[in-house]
Amino acid sequence: MLDSAKTRPEQSRPRGGDLLRIDGLTMHFPITKGMFRRQVGTIRAVDGISFEIPRVQTLALVGESGCGKSTAGRTILRLYDPTGGRIVFDGTEITGMAGETLRRLRPRMQMIFQDPQACLNPRMTVGSIVAEPLAEHGVAKGRRRRDRVRELLNAVGLNPKFADRYPHEFSGGQRQRIGIARAIALNPDFIVCDEPIAALDVSIQAQVVNLLQDLQAQLGLTYLFISHDLSMVRHIADRVAVMYLGKLVELAPRRALYAAPLHPYTQALLSAIPIPEPEAERRRTRIILKGDVPSPANPPSGCRFRTRCPVAFDRCAVEEPAWRKRDGERWVACHRVE
Amino acid sequence: MSELDLIAPRADEAAEPAALDQAHRSLWSDVRRQFLRHPGALVGMIVLAAIVLIVLAGPYLWTVSPDRINPRIANRGMSLDHPLGTDNLGRDLFAQVMAGGRVSLAVGISAMLIAVTLGTTIGVLAGFFRRLDGILMRMTELFLALPILPLLLVIILLFRDVLRDLFGPSAGIFLLIVFVIGITSWMQTARVVRAEVLGVKERDFVLAARSIGARPYKIIFRHILPNVLSPIMVSGTLGVASAIIIESALSFLGLGFPPDFPTWGRLLYDGANYMTLNPSRVIWPGLAISLTVLSVNFIGDGLRDALDPRLRS
Repeated sequence: MLDSAKTRPEQSRPRGGDLLRIDGLTMHFPITKGMFRRQVGTIRAVDGISFEIPRVQTLALVGESGCGKSTAGRTILRLYDPTGGRIVFDGTEITGMAGETLRRLRPRMQMIFQDPQACLNPRMTVGSIVAEPLAEHGVAKGRRRRDRVRELLNAVGLNPKFADRYPHEFSGGQRQRIGIARAIALNPDFIVCDEPIAALDVSIQAQVVNLLQDLQAQLGLTYLFISHDLSMVRHIADRVAVMYLGKLVELAPRRALYAAPLHPYTQALLSAIPIPEPEAERRRTRIILKGDVPSPANPPSGCRFRTRCPVAFDRCAVEEPAWRKRDGERWVACHRVE
Repeated sequence: MSELDLIAPRADEAAEPAALDQAHRSLWSDVRRQFLRHPGALVGMIVLAAIVLIVLAGPYLWTVSPDRINPRIANRGMSLDHPLGTDNLGRDLFAQVMAGGRVSLAVGISAMLIAVTLGTTIGVLAGFFRRLDGILMRMTELFLALPILPLLLVIILLFRDVLRDLFGPSAGIFLLIVFVIGITSWMQTARVVRAEVLGVKERDFVLAARSIGARPYKIIFRHILPNVLSPIMVSGTLGVASAIIIESALSFLGLGFPPDFPTWGRLLYDGANYMTLNPSRVIWPGLAISLTVLSVNFIGDGLRDALDPRLRS
């Protein structure tokens, strides 16, 4: 269906192995004040996270608002310059890459945005939005470019006749499809989906998730799926990473995580999912977290979750729990688990 | 493909009428169509076209020289011989308004183009590149803080004779005035454009363009500029008006065009002394300025709306 996908020989996409490896990634933003931009503090948006994503798999990154999920995604795509750590994409370190080298790598990693309204330029037609990546990298010209745009719109389930319309003439779900068409235009290997369904109606969410899964199967895509919706993550993720205040607290294969969460924060998150079955729903005990997420400019000492943790003890305040591997490919950072 | 169709039903394909099968729509054909639907813009366009036509073609039909002095018919009101009356030296006002219009319109439009280009460039650079922001905005503030009129006087006194020698008396002074008005009225545009750019560049579609690997100049021309057109249009239309008025003030101070060289502003100021005796000397040049400014404003308004796809019907 996507002919130009064949322009890159299949053997250049070896099966197996990790496509992306993140090692101790940090992204700190300075807080400046006054006329001379004196630095008065640091927002530790992402503070040392490590994980890897095998090819053609989906890693879900979940957590509350403001925990640094989106920043992590954007830093991995090198839309920000990381302040520490390493990003290795397909065997190449891209942490310090810049200029033309980085630009040439961009087609291989793309992004799908949360707000389908804001991610499309209101002054461009859908056709030119989807054609922009092609034009930018000189992939196809003239007729062939228009054909490719039609192909892409077809692939995401939009009528190619809509190419001459403007984004505001579409519904939210359709706009998100336009964003997806733009993201897959250059045959990427890796896509960061930054809460792609959070702004959509529930009925449309399933459609978009299914579309993402189909595209993954057809085009061999690897996803970093950022979300706060744990019930949707269950459908799409192979593995789930839970993030709290700039740090990962737990990473596990989906089944294991949903069956037996280890970290108290994961337990609390999972206990908040309603069960679509009255009997079980009545028996569900919720763990209610108290208070708010502390400020990433001034995180608590020791374990960052301790201020809201129902099982915290004195060690949590003094010593930061290590990011340790457990049985069954699970990682967790908690003193209680040891 | 077939499985995709099942999962992703094309919700409104069925609901769409066959009207979609039209030829390729281009941005500019859409803009033109929408512009012509805007009643204010259409009226403004017609009025401005009429003014330009009269000013350009009029002197060939109304062949009375604007310079011919005839004291015997001084300070006449409107009559068939002199449709707009005569001034205190007996010069025909209609011929003078037409001759002055050529200069005033040319000054207004060229000075506006210089000011808007300069202001937009500086505003976009300051808004887009954080590194340039401080220095460019301080420079803008510096220009805003300068007392413009004395500055204009100094520039004109310094360069008038040089340019006069280079380009001849009227072309030299024209270039000088246009340039001087242009470089002293870009600051508002720069500030407004910068503020808009600061907002637009944080929108997700700019981030999307960066993630595609678009180069900064492409991002500016494709994503930033089209989305900050409204303030540019507004300051452009206002710029025409203020350029005409500044030129009048300069002429009034004796530093613009020579006294025997009619412009709308000059006619207005000269006529102000004879207002009680002969009101038509102020009414007609004043009306010409007002109509021009008003129609340019309407055109700008219509252009702004036509360039915004969300407002298109």
